Amino acid sequence: MKTRVIGKSVPRKEGREKVTGRARYVDDLTFPGMIYGATVRSAVPRGRIRGIYFEGDIPWKEFTVVTAKDIPGKNCVTLLIEDQPCLASEFVNHPEEPIVLLAHPDKHLLEVARRAVRIDIEPLPAIFTIGDSRARRRVVWGDDNIFKSFHVEKGNVDSVWAAADRIVEGDYETGAQEQLYIEPQGMIARFSAAEGLTVWGSLQCPYYVHKALMPLFGLPKDRVRVVQTETGGGFGGKEEYPSMIACHAALLAWKSGKPVKIIYDRAEDMAATTKRHPSRTHHRTAVTRDGKLLAMEIDFTIDGGAYETLSPVVLSRGTIHAAGPYNCENVRIRSRAVATNAPPHGAFRGFGAPQSVFALERHLDRVASAMGLAPDELRRKNFIGEGQSLAVSQVIREKVDMGRLMDRAFELSGYHEKNNLFAETNARSTIKKGVGFASFLHGAGFTGSGEEYLASEVAAEATRDGIIRIFAASTEMGQGTNTIFSQIAAETLGLDCNRIEIIQPDTAAVPNSGPTVASRTSMIVGKLVEAAAHEIQNKLFKSELLEPDYAAADFSRACNRYIEKFGALASLAKYEHPLGLHWDDQRYQGDAYGAYAWAVYVAEVSVDTRTAEVRVNDFVAVQEVGRVINPVLAAGQIEGGIAQGIGFALYENVVWQEGRMVNNQMTNYVMPTSMDVPRIRVLFEEVPYAGGPAGAKGIGELPLDGTAPAIANAIAHSTGADITRLPITPEALMEMLEATHA
Amino acid sequence: MRSFVAAYEMETPSDLSAALERLSREPGDWKPFAGGTDLMVLLEAGKLAHRRFVNIWNLEELRRIEVTPGHITVGSLVTYTQVRGHETLSREFSLLARAAAETGGIATQNRGTLGGNIANASPAADSPPALLAYDAQIELLSTSGSRWLPYRSFHTGYKKMNMRPGELIRAIRLPRATDGWKHYYRKVGTRRAQAISKVCFAAAGRLEDGRIADVRIALGSVAPVPLRAVETETLLRGEKLASAALPAAQAALAGEIAPIDDMRSTARYRRRVAQNLLAEFLEVLAG
Amino acid sequence: MPDRASKIRVHCRVNGQAVTLEVYPMTRLLDVLREQLGLTGTKEGCGEGECGACAVEIDGALVNTCLVPIAQAEGAAILTIEGVADGVNLKAIQEAFINYGGAQCGICTPGMILAVTNLLARHPDPTDLQIREGLAGNLCRCTGYTKIFESVVAACHRAERPA
Repeated sequence: MKTRVIGKSVPRKEGREKVTGRARYVDDLTFPGMIYGATVRSAVPRGRIRGIYFEGDIPWKEFTVVTAKDIPGKNCVTLLIEDQPCLASEFVNHPEEPIVLLAHPDKHLLEVARRAVRIDIEPLPAIFTIGDSRARRRVVWGDDNIFKSFHVEKGNVDSVWAAADRIVEGDYETGAQEQLYIEPQGMIARFSAAEGLTVWGSLQCPYYVHKALMPLFGLPKDRVRVVQTETGGGFGGKEEYPSMIACHAALLAWKSGKPVKIIYDRAEDMAATTKRHPSRTHHRTAVTRDGKLLAMEIDFTIDGGAYETLSPVVLSRGTIHAAGPYNCENVRIRSRAVATNAPPHGAFRGFGAPQSVFALERHLDRVASAMGLAPDELRRKNFIGEGQSLAVSQVIREKVDMGRLMDRAFELSGYHEKNNLFAETNARSTIKKGVGFASFLHGAGFTGSGEEYLASEVAAEATRDGIIRIFAASTEMGQGTNTIFSQIAAETLGLDCNRIEIIQPDTAAVPNSGPTVASRTSMIVGKLVEAAAHEIQNKLFKSELLEPDYAAADFSRACNRYIEKFGALASLAKYEHPLGLHWDDQRYQGDAYGAYAWAVYVAEVSVDTRTAEVRVNDFVAVQEVGRVINPVLAAGQIEGGIAQGIGFALYENVVWQEGRMVNNQMTNYVMPTSMDVPRIRVLFEEVPYAGGPAGAKGIGELPLDGTAPAIANAIAHSTGADITRLPITPEALMEMLEATHA
Repeated sequence: MRSFVAAYEMETPSDLSAALERLSREPGDWKPFAGGTDLMVLLEAGKLAHRRFVNIWNLEELRRIEVTPGHITVGSLVTYTQVRGHETLSREFSLLARAAAETGGIATQNRGTLGGNIANASPAADSPPALLAYDAQIELLSTSGSRWLPYRSFHTGYKKMNMRPGELIRAIRLPRATDGWKHYYRKVGTRRAQAISKVCFAAAGRLEDGRIADVRIALGSVAPVPLRAVETETLLRGEKLASAALPAAQAALAGEIAPIDDMRSTARYRRRVAQNLLAEFLEVLAG
Repeated sequence: MPDRASKIRVHCRVNGQAVTLEVYPMTRLLDVLREQLGLTGTKEGCGEGECGACAVEIDGALVNTCLVPIAQAEGAAILTIEGVADGVNLKAIQEAFINYGGAQCGICTPGMILAVTNLLARHPDPTDLQIREGLAGNLCRCTGYTKIFESVVAACHRAERPA
């Protein structure tokens, strides 16, 4: 499909503001009379609050103080269910749980005051591991510590074991990961008699925040307004957590009568907000002698922390992706999200899939090794094709050619040549080199009937000058939303991108296009942008004010005449679920996602056996994504995701002590610097998906699934170390190297 | 920012003697403040207990690097950037130049000072092992006068220093005796840049007729203070560079260091890495 | 209530303009720039000198302003992101960031642009290693650095925009 603007690396729409320092993030904003807010939190993982004491030599009368009993409506942060309090009232269930809110004009005095609040908590026994939670050593949530569980069945797993040539089992673990957006979380809230409640902040989902604020105060929807400020990174960390801060800022604003700004410092942000769910997976796989997968039995558990928040949805995606892009007739997946006394874990790019895909891709390499097969041989024998079905019995109806993606990835990376070379050179060196890969898929959009439930909408409006304004709730946080939406609208209407204006997400102005998550922005919301633009065009055609082969000047003239004649020239596009997509929520089967991106990633590593330090020397990422709307932005997504995946694999280790992250400083929780990332080569293939704008599928989360397992496999090949856990710290690897040598 | 910033005092004396005078007038009350790369982190974390600081940043007389026939004397306020940029210093004392290059990023190197690094006394600091390997001497100055001591005797325990109230580090003196030596510096950190070290190894050695004529081995992050591995050095001195010497030396090294488990690493790892780096150093010596 | 120290007077130049401040001496330069001078382009990412989002040039040297007490800025010439371009024309590196994907969410961008500007002043045609080392103190969570490197190279060679 030939396009004029789509497929071009149109410059970032808000780029000028960003490179001049003029882009306004929440902490850059001030309001007249604004004061600052801070949160006093539990130091104890679980307990009963006995008393709150305001001590020290502090002028407490100057402070606004809010506790649970001040909350006018429901004391909860509304998400899927209502188990998470906005402020703990009688019990606390995790370290850092918010209990008291303070506000004052002097933000430094506020800090002194924060330390002077003493909260007397009678400790209760707490649990911190998946093992203890599953064993019900203590029941800390519900009747059984289980937020949610799933059971997927395909074929007849039990019939296969007896006759299988080989059965291979394995246990895999991943740790928590902090999103580490460089802009810490923050919100400003203001109450006014005229407008009601308005909040401004760093966030991904304005309507999630809107939904959480209403019941806190018992306010109707038109008395609550949420405005997204320029957001300095989200990655899922600002999907659900901002609702909590918004509620806090709003409570202080409501009680003080002043605008209140809450900005977390890095230490608080790391300790108190969400992280990627830790996971444990057990694989049991039956194979034929020549590597055909006969059965896969997978047991997958994620640690949700103290409250449910989004754990069922993370579990869902992790479960559906657990068996990968392979054709296996018999699959059983049992999964569950369990409670522990840590701050609730939450959304982080990939959302369950990085965890289950790590387990799968490590496991399949180990299966290959056990069978004496090359890891790529094993994959090729089992890659799914059109007409075959995934573990959830979704029949693949698109042209997928994983073998070809693998060919290209191996060609670009020199996989086989390097394999042979390193086998030889490693013997003579204390530096061991290796290559490894992962083959995987990532579904775009909300699972199953999720998109129908979201019922997203996008509006468009033309001005008299022929400028098209797009109203969507999708937030720009660096991934390029503003730019690609303008490209899509510009393409549809035959205009230049600078004739498209993307309206700042503000619940008073934009309809609910759903959250900016789940790799849905290009594919699902972008399609609605396309539809809304089309509708404007159709109105102009129908009115006969515009001919089909129009020039840009004609368009502006037509808009002007239309508005004069008929009033507003506007459209509203509503989500339409693709025909033929069916999902059974009870049996967890059917068409889980409208489309998948498919990928093969290859990592080359070197391991210095003297220090067990791993360097990623080279990285190749090949993926089929439907249609690349903007090559520079798309590559940027993949490269950035790979860097986060390198962190997930090697560097990002959350150190826990009694449910609390103790290395909550950037000095001690390390993400990759410019010296730690290799040359990254990105290649896109395109098999257009009719349900996406110009054929585009989603790509935002994809790189998080395959990066860590590719690296883990490379390390395993280079050293023989049997990696089964992330992160692969030098300390852990050193132990493995010594064991291998002993 | 977790401190009540308004409660902190900072005075800027016009010259060095005014600074010393301030430090001596209420000894212990006022502390010198150089580049701030350590102290400001504490301030931001709400952990800077001390409240009164003498700003010595502008004292240019403490920022000179003097080259004389026998020594290079580095002022205590010399920054890492200056160390890296000084041709003779970097060439003759490459361990120190390497340490400077591995201390934080460019912005940290522009503000971090050698004196500040020494006085902060972190066992994980990057420069002290290099200074130990080079038998550096430290000059301490107060209103009572100046005294020199071997840097080796400066750190007496975790965050304990051979420093009297009212004293300031004026200079670090390095004997220019590194001709014919081979130098080996390796910092093993949490990542390749801007990392706190897990093990820091700074060593230099000289061969004569295939034997180790002299050797200096210093380590950071493996004890409460940066240290010279004197027993290991003694074992190696005079030895032929054969692998037979290595296991004994590694055993000695393990006995001399006292690494701990902390949130960055483990004692086991640190010990094993220190031993492996010793092996690597000996390979470098062998050429 | 903790006792307050006295404020001091500090004179410096910010983006070429003389500035006189009455401030507590240990106030971070970062806060002075953002709050007292309204120059919010310099960002706080970590408050511990690790991320580089707060970087400016002080007397031509790249410095993290979260680690500088204002008393030490007396007499200094400070360049912030607001001073990098003249408000109308962008510097080559700024253009490159827009066109080559060097900026995504933008929060690290001001510090990164200062770091690049500083790097290019010292190494006008930097090698790949020099670029990586020059930017090692500026963390970016969005880009994975690749497009930042490409932007720097493009700015040096003023290459054509990518197709």
